Amino acid sequence: MDLNINEIIEGSFQIIGGNFANAGEASMQMKSKLMEIGVHEAIVRRAAIATFEAEMNVIIYAAAGRLHYYISPDKITIKIDDMGPGIENIELAMQEGYSTAPDWVREMGWGAGMGLPNMKKNSDEFKIDSVVGEGTTIQMIINFS
Amino acid sequence: MTLKEIAEILEAEVIADSDELDVLIKNACSADMMSAVLYYHTPDSLLITGLTQPHVIRTAEIAGIKSIVFVLDKKPGVETIELAKLKKIPILCTRFCMYTASGKLYEAGLPGCLFK
Amino acid sequence: MRGAAMKLNKIVEDLSLEVKTGKNNLQGNVTGVYISDLLSDVMANSKEGNLWITLQTHLNIVAVAGLKNIAGIIIVGNRQLQEDVLQKAEAEKITVMSTPLPAFEVAGKLYQLLNQ
Repeated sequence: MDLNINEIIEGSFQIIGGNFANAGEASMQMKSKLMEIGVHEAIVRRAAIATFEAEMNVIIYAAAGRLHYYISPDKITIKIDDMGPGIENIELAMQEGYSTAPDWVREMGWGAGMGLPNMKKNSDEFKIDSVVGEGTTIQMIINFS
Repeated sequence: MTLKEIAEILEAEVIADSDELDVLIKNACSADMMSAVLYYHTPDSLLITGLTQPHVIRTAEIAGIKSIVFVLDKKPGVETIELAKLKKIPILCTRFCMYTASGKLYEAGLPGCLFK
Repeated sequence: MRGAAMKLNKIVEDLSLEVKTGKNNLQGNVTGVYISDLLSDVMANSKEGNLWITLQTHLNIVAVAGLKNIAGIIIVGNRQLQEDVLQKAEAEKITVMSTPLPAFEVAGKLYQLLNQ
């Protein structure tokens, strides 16, 4: 794939917890950037879906968080770290259908227990670290070929 | 199926530019849970939903959804409409519930979205 | 929903649904169908004896189904239910069924079946 990229492209966003009004804004901007440099549509969609789910998790669960992405000629790396409650049992949280989202979040159409599985499904490498009371860090890599 | 045909079947009010009604829809997904929309393979799909907030438009954009149907006569707010226009995602508003809207479109030959 | 009411066991058979709980309550009539993943929506808009199609698997679906006298819940998209949900549904005599089909297709098939 010939990408219009000579050096690493980076982007960074602050995400505010509870801010549903702008939910998805960071992911959409990242998506535009990937489209702009000519990444294949199906790969862009995977990256955008994984990032959007991560962004939503920060909005739903954390006070605030930061999303950072690096695009190199062969892959995109996305890092999300938040100041949230942390995840007690990561194995359980990775199970499809498991969610600790409050009722109001479910009424907004989120908290189906599909977020983390969706991130993993759409990334080639998926890493999650969490400390209860401190926050969660997720790193995802999506290869371009 | 074109969006125009879908709008007729659903007797829907269309919020879009008229040239956007020629867009071809390959399948449909009926859901309120946005992660399901992201989880199932939904490019070129029609989303049929009861939620009308702006994050629904963003979900559609991210997932590659072509158009959204709001059921039960739910009217989207200004922010949702503005965002949908910006993202060129046509909106249809129907008085039918999600079941009837889905049933009518399935009957007319539209398949469900694919799982992968 | 138009057409005559239909027994739940006929629907289970025709749609090849897997019955998870309430296996002894399949003789009842279904008065209609409601699709939603939002509990407040189902509380507000579903009718007694309705079949509820959803991909929502939260424990509270059992309470909502009980309060609204729902004829049965069809969980779509092969979504797995937690053990506590199944236990509560069994205890409350709520019929929970499961299918790999997405909501749109279940709705489509039911629409044809019930409007024959």
